[in-house]
Amino acid sequence: MNIVVLVKQVPDSGADRNLRTDDNTVDRGSANNVINEMDEYAIEEALKIKEAHGGEVTILTMGPDRATESIRKALSMGPDKAVHVVDDALHGSCAVATSKVLAAALGQLNADLVLCGSESTDGRVQVMPHMLAERLGIAALTGARKLTVDGATLTVERQTEEGYEVVTASTPAIVSVWDTINEPRYPSFKGIMAAKKKPVQTLSLADLGVAANEVGFDGATSAVVEHSKRPPRSGGVKVTDEGSGGTQLVEFLATEKFV
Amino acid sequence: MSEVLVVVEATAEFGVKKVTLEMLTLARELGSPSAVVLGGAGAAEALAGKLGEYGAEKIYAAEGDEIDGYLVAPKATVVADLVKRVQPAAVLLASSQEGKEIAARLAVKLDNGILTDVVGLAADGTATQVAFAGSTIVKSKVTRGLPLVTVRPNSVNPTPAAATAAVEQLTVAVTDSDKLAKVVDRVAEQKGSRPELTEAGVVVSGGRGVGNADNFKLVEELADLLGGAVGASRAAVDSGFYPHQFQVGQTGKTVSPQLYIALGISGAIQHRAGMQTSKTIVAVNKDGEAPIFELADFGVVGDLFKIVPQAAEEIRKRK
Repeated sequence: MNIVVLVKQVPDSGADRNLRTDDNTVDRGSANNVINEMDEYAIEEALKIKEAHGGEVTILTMGPDRATESIRKALSMGPDKAVHVVDDALHGSCAVATSKVLAAALGQLNADLVLCGSESTDGRVQVMPHMLAERLGIAALTGARKLTVDGATLTVERQTEEGYEVVTASTPAIVSVWDTINEPRYPSFKGIMAAKKKPVQTLSLADLGVAANEVGFDGATSAVVEHSKRPPRSGGVKVTDEGSGGTQLVEFLATEKFV
Repeated sequence: MSEVLVVVEATAEFGVKKVTLEMLTLARELGSPSAVVLGGAGAAEALAGKLGEYGAEKIYAAEGDEIDGYLVAPKATVVADLVKRVQPAAVLLASSQEGKEIAARLAVKLDNGILTDVVGLAADGTATQVAFAGSTIVKSKVTRGLPLVTVRPNSVNPTPAAATAAVEQLTVAVTDSDKLAKVVDRVAEQKGSRPELTEAGVVVSGGRGVGNADNFKLVEELADLLGGAVGASRAAVDSGFYPHQFQVGQTGKTVSPQLYIALGISGAIQHRAGMQTSKTIVAVNKDGEAPIFELADFGVVGDLFKIVPQAAEEIRKRK
């Protein structure tokens, strides 16, 4: 099975994250940049499917030059190769334009199965799988906590508020996964060394046949008007329990009219 | 006045979800609210009363197995056709997984911008969003097409405004490419009378400090006394204390209740990401230096196994 895994480089969610003051885009310069955590589960799932059914695993990333670090990191887990869509004109792209670019890249990769994380930790927008499915005319099975491959038939358990749905589709399809689906492997030393030699193909917008004015700020379908840091919470009261902590807690709830 | 389409979110168990009533309340500021019900046969009939009570002046219904039996795509096709026909002033959906997914397909079909996790919407279409775990407030606008936004639960106070909603059945004209992902089963796991986590006015969550699955009864007891939902930190979920669908945090649900009580939760960024926009935060933790206390309006440093039973007893006394 030919599997493509979408990997996004994001600012580390454990660090202080900001929007830039000059152009309102995500500040990728000051924070540590890492693989979007949820994508690691997608990589693991792809490797497990390859181990069981054979095939090839390709990483697909759209991002600036420095996304190469995350691509090498992803490859060190075991995928075979990577495609990096990189072009200065992409800076400032909205989700709709991003889906246009990724769909064009997927159009060249002939995947039976596209895997990705259910959301990224920076935007948490959750729209990419269905945008891509809509553009490519393939099935999207999203929010999977379990994926079964039986020939060309894919079955997922999709987590919902009330429980789960069992959803099936034939390949080609795109599947997004939650962190409940598996436990991603750590790269081995051998994997890290091997990753340095694995092929990484770079593609520009011209290579994909997408015009520069369809992406970036020119092609954006939405815009940030302004942004500000939320003021830190303050004025809280902290007491140490000396036998009446529970009662004091309820007294606080009562003054706030919760009891 | 232009119509504003509100795509209804509802469940069999609870009926119209609160976020739908919030969207109808928001929609009234922008134009004339029209509810769009997408579901199984008879779905609109069951929801019409409640939707009218909150100001829906029209209800569009697309019902049946073609809508309900597949994942998202047929719903997006129906809404896209409706948007082209009625040219609404805006389209509002819930910022849930499904709401965002329908919106995603609409954005591509209509070549239209999209804004998610919106907590406020001005009459000129400027949306307020919270980003980066609630640390950043963003104002943004759709610059191509109409305002297509997904609204986060507990963003506005739903207020009734009675209207008489006439139901119009839509013709469901979906194509084969909308029927690629077939729903073959729906399994309910969440049982009991507790409110849904993202919609609840009160959430009581437990973390690693709760110690084991059995002790979560304490968390549940306090939640039930306050009419709230139960949540859990990632540490508690990873340790197997509580099921994943109740996880609050960066890789779980985002909640924004009136009252959030954190029991035995240290307050790592992973957890704060899912709860720090809560209106009032209360924390109980044995470590007085735990970061959760930076957020707490009221914090108690001590043993939760002494403090929580005492609090429960005190609430019972006052009832």
